[in-house]
Amino acid sequence: MKQDKLIISKKKFSSRLIVGTGKYKDMSECARAIKISGAEIVTVAVRRVNITDKKKPLLMDYIDPKKITYLPNTAGCFNSREALRTLRLAREIGGWELVKLEVLGDKKNLFPEMIETLKSTETLTKEGFKVMVYCNDDPLMAKRLEDAGASAIMPLAAPIGSGLGILNKLNISIIRKQTKLPLIIDAGLGQASDATIAMELGCDGVLVNTAIAKAKKPFQMAEAFKNAVIAGRQSFLSGRIEKKLMAIPSSPTKGII
Amino acid sequence: MKKKIKIKINGKQIMINDNTKLHVFLKKFEVPLNKVAIELNREIVDKKKLNDITLKTNDKIEVVHFIGGG
Repeated sequence: MKQDKLIISKKKFSSRLIVGTGKYKDMSECARAIKISGAEIVTVAVRRVNITDKKKPLLMDYIDPKKITYLPNTAGCFNSREALRTLRLAREIGGWELVKLEVLGDKKNLFPEMIETLKSTETLTKEGFKVMVYCNDDPLMAKRLEDAGASAIMPLAAPIGSGLGILNKLNISIIRKQTKLPLIIDAGLGQASDATIAMELGCDGVLVNTAIAKAKKPFQMAEAFKNAVIAGRQSFLSGRIEKKLMAIPSSPTKGII
Repeated sequence: MKKKIKIKINGKQIMINDNTKLHVFLKKFEVPLNKVAIELNREIVDKKKLNDITLKTNDKIEVVHFIGGG
């Protein structure tokens, strides 16, 4: 398993678990959960600095961007213009070119607005960004994103924060078969086994935030997800047995007394 | 008394001295320049050129950084 790296735009990662940094009780809890999870990539949001409170802790003081790859996101953006503005600012903070594009279309379900997402992918790619794209689980749209220059396809398992797990395994499998790009399940996982299922479907990684941050024991859940991703990947690479509708005995039938 | 002008920073309107350089202004708020990005009237500002920019009335400044997110 040592050589089995996750490669995103030529950058190699040992961990296939990407974690979000939102929704934790505080920054030290977040930093510890990330450490336990073994994640090498974390998503971060771009927001206004609190100008009046100078003592407010900064994320960079807790999670060192030299050690952990920051993946700036566009959470909260509802059109291409806002998403582009956010990521151009993110790049300005410290030269981040690997970004997570997320253009939402609907406040209730937080589903991706795919037309705006596709437009933004085209523009960002032209500007030199490496775009990992949050998208729906539609194979046709996934193909359009790939053609537009996306660096990774990141379909949702279920609505963001819902914890429902992978609802459409068929579509995820179809996307897996059609693309050579990294395929990462983003959003909707609820428990560690959901991550194992994603990996067994052949996904290259999973992105988890709420399921860890809001678990009753976030540190334990961070470790559970770490193990689940490793288990799922190993299982996928091992080549599972065929499914059959009949029983086949595990013990020899010859020589029964 | 020095002439004052009105500007907006991160959506908040404040009065500052006329002829204030952007660099001096951000220093006053103790903005950690290596951890933020700055926009002036919707244009990204090159952080090396902060000293060349003099704030004008009705300027809109945005200072952003990374926070936790999914």
